[in-house]
Amino acid sequence: MAEENGDVSGVATLTKKDFTSDQEPRWCPGCGDYAILAAVQGFMPELGIEPHNTVFISGIGCSGRFTYYMDTYGFHGIHGRAPAIATGVATANPDLHVWVVTGDGDALSIGGNHLIHALRRNVNIKILMFNNQIYGLTKGQYSPTSEEGKVTKSTPFGSVDHPFNPVALALGAEATFVARTVDNDRKHLTDVLRQAAEHPGSAFVEIYQNCNVFNDGAFDLIRDKQQGLHNQIRLVDGEPIVFDEGTRCVRVGENGRLEIAAVAESDPSSIVTHDIHGRPSLAFALAHLSHGPTEPTCIGVFHEEDRSTYGEAVRSQLDRAVERLGPGDLKTLLHGGDTWTVG
Amino acid sequence: MASRPTGSMTKTVEERDHVVIRFAGDSGDGMQLTGDRFTNATAILGNDLATLPDFPAEIRAPAGTVHGVSAFQIQFADTDVTTPGDHADVLVAMNPAALRADLDKVARGGTIIINEDSFTQRNLEKAGYASDPTTDGTLDGYQIYPVPMTSITVRAVESLGVGKKEAERSKNMFALGLVSWMYGRPVDVTLRWLEKKFGGKPEIYEANVASFNAGYNFGETTELFAHQIHVAAAPAAEGTYRNVAGSQALAWGLIAASVRSGVPLFYASYPITPASDLLHELSKHKNFGVVTIQAEDEIAAANMSLGAAFTGHLGVTGTSGPGIDLKAETIGLAVITELPMILVDVMRAGPSTGMPTKNEQGDLLAAMFGRHGESPIPIVAPSSPADCFSVAMEAAGVAIRYRTPVILLSDSFLQNSSEPWLLPDVDALPTIDPMFAKANGSDFLPYARDERLARPWAIPGTPGLEHRIGGLEREDRTGDISYEADNHERMTHIRREKVEGIAADIPPLEVDDPTGDAELLVLGWGSTAGTIRAAVQRVRGSGDRVATAHLRWLNPLPTNTGEIVTKYRQVLIPELNSGQLTMLVRARFLADAKTFSKVQGLPIWADELEDAIVRMLHG
Repeated sequence: MAEENGDVSGVATLTKKDFTSDQEPRWCPGCGDYAILAAVQGFMPELGIEPHNTVFISGIGCSGRFTYYMDTYGFHGIHGRAPAIATGVATANPDLHVWVVTGDGDALSIGGNHLIHALRRNVNIKILMFNNQIYGLTKGQYSPTSEEGKVTKSTPFGSVDHPFNPVALALGAEATFVARTVDNDRKHLTDVLRQAAEHPGSAFVEIYQNCNVFNDGAFDLIRDKQQGLHNQIRLVDGEPIVFDEGTRCVRVGENGRLEIAAVAESDPSSIVTHDIHGRPSLAFALAHLSHGPTEPTCIGVFHEEDRSTYGEAVRSQLDRAVERLGPGDLKTLLHGGDTWTVG
Repeated sequence: MASRPTGSMTKTVEERDHVVIRFAGDSGDGMQLTGDRFTNATAILGNDLATLPDFPAEIRAPAGTVHGVSAFQIQFADTDVTTPGDHADVLVAMNPAALRADLDKVARGGTIIINEDSFTQRNLEKAGYASDPTTDGTLDGYQIYPVPMTSITVRAVESLGVGKKEAERSKNMFALGLVSWMYGRPVDVTLRWLEKKFGGKPEIYEANVASFNAGYNFGETTELFAHQIHVAAAPAAEGTYRNVAGSQALAWGLIAASVRSGVPLFYASYPITPASDLLHELSKHKNFGVVTIQAEDEIAAANMSLGAAFTGHLGVTGTSGPGIDLKAETIGLAVITELPMILVDVMRAGPSTGMPTKNEQGDLLAAMFGRHGESPIPIVAPSSPADCFSVAMEAAGVAIRYRTPVILLSDSFLQNSSEPWLLPDVDALPTIDPMFAKANGSDFLPYARDERLARPWAIPGTPGLEHRIGGLEREDRTGDISYEADNHERMTHIRREKVEGIAADIPPLEVDDPTGDAELLVLGWGSTAGTIRAAVQRVRGSGDRVATAHLRWLNPLPTNTGEIVTKYRQVLIPELNSGQLTMLVRARFLADAKTFSKVQGLPIWADELEDAIVRMLHG
């Protein structure tokens, strides 16, 4: 336990240990989930939030187990419904820090509806979507983010499904914070998660996560140190979008379209400066620079905007109702309207 | 503030002990409103009453067709009223379609008041009449009163400057005024209501008042109606009363449970007929701290409620028909996480979309068994509209004390019908102690048990009680994940024993057997209570000895249920399904119970049940 009952003086001295439960993680050896868990347990103490005010909620899939390894409050729900459970938690008590851990199948397939509605409502929850582009727990079927043509147990002749672009989907759902990061880049991952934690409202973070058993190497172009150097487009607010050791950039091309070009061949004024607080259309265009991690791909925070959170809106409506109608009184309620008396 | 009956100045008054009136018209004719207002005036007069709204699923089916007929039936009397009545003494038919749809619901020799303006050739055709039923002998044997309601209404309001359409629309107030005169209903309560409703729109208000008065005066002055009918007030216990519909009573019961437990109420629901009224009612009362969410779907609504329950709220979700299927998986999660949650199922005719506005008790077995795995859950059902209040409080008490989801089986009839309600003393309502867990220095065991086998309710934000729950099987006491064979069996038994143990907290089944030697027991549950009482009273009236008992908790059953159902030579279970309680009773107690089944989307009528009882007794 992090502290004794009622004692919050220990906040400043919280450590990774305070967020680590006594349960032994049981993912496959080499799974990207370990790195994400270590990063989350490692940076939680920096946020200064006590474990008892933190709730992790997960769905079904390999990511679902995450909850058990955090020594916070936790709710391992049913498939796809974590955002709905989290909406209940965060609305019932807006003072809690609520995290949702989900995967590409859980969030985008069976739970797609809850994801988009949590985002549009701007429920104050931080959604970490571990995208490994495969169903791991059920041993290797294609997922809603698997590339077309994917050969899996359920698609021996290749998948004919077109995949989702999770960042574009979140932006389309009016999300107020949208980011992408990578499981094996501890610094980038922690940096993005910290910004998500500090964002008031829904934060959607897609984490490229390697499934070394059923989809090994899916993100090598981005994750691998050498290849990543050339293919990660790191978004930094207020800075020109330049990558590949400064040789390539994202510029405005024909008819306003964004395109990747050599810096040497680009008019400096055509190079896009990243602006996370601008209209989501820039973020949307950046999300579509690549369709999947098979070409240079943006990572970092795509978009952030201020909008009142769902929990605050609900709470202030309750307060206003009391101001307008007075505090609820049972007798007044029951005796309202036409009554009559016998005797 | 009791109103006095309004006596006729010029005509004789005839006494009756009970009357059944049915208002029928096109969906757009405002018949539900008319019935509702008549009900209120009747309640204030002190008659006992029961109502039955009967409307189509379509918001506005093609005007003038039989599909578009909306009706409202009320029985009121100077004695205890238990049903809306089998057959109407009076039918008010606003158009030919209403007459065609409802003529078979009128008692032989009954009175039919028709809006003769609407009996045009075109409307007769739309209703499917080849010839005019008012002249072709169809109505022989009934007392027919043709009244030109539309044209009198239009004349009555023409000086007020409202358009012809608005004028014609207020003809329902004419009908209300006329029937109010016929039965000496007080006018002040209706006029007050009109002022409240239309006070902001003076023209519409004036037009409605003018139409209502025109109808009232028409009764008083024309030669058509020879006398007024008087139904004396029913004897009633002392106290303050109001008329209440089931959906209101249920919503207020949930609010009362929240107030009396100090646990905030959280209601998430997806719009569905007829459960939506609960969402509408609860969302008005945010000053009680009631959080209401219109969720993106049924599944989300259930999960939001469960998340709120985890966070220390009374999590409630409501639905009807197919919604209960969609919520099943979440209810299973609530069973294994052992959190206080209520699922209100306002049953309607199924399967699938079925008949959304029609009644059925078809979900009992779905509530009992409609989840995968061993998934026991307490089930409770109200027996009348006002009873919804105390049942909601009881459901909340069990959910909170036992840390369990509870299914509350209401139905379409209970939600829409209304009855007079002796208001409870709010300070005497039961309190519920949520007993939230607090850290005590030792290791927290989220699946430890108290004497009820309930586990601790440790809510996020409480220091020292951080723990994880979820849908995977838990280890006894620690709550850690466990696939251990003996543990799963132990936990399965604990979950079952916990629900069975609730029987200790519910009263024994009461049997009404006045002579103590009845040969036949009529056992019921839910909204059929009134009909059963009426039918049994009639059978007893002809000298037969019949006992009745009505189940409130369907799971667990009261501890003496087995003893009772095996004691009588014959057991008859009337149900608005194909025999679901019968199946449970037979399986559980090896009792030779028989079903009286009706699945027409309509209530069981007292006379058909009376026949069934008599047939069973005398072969």
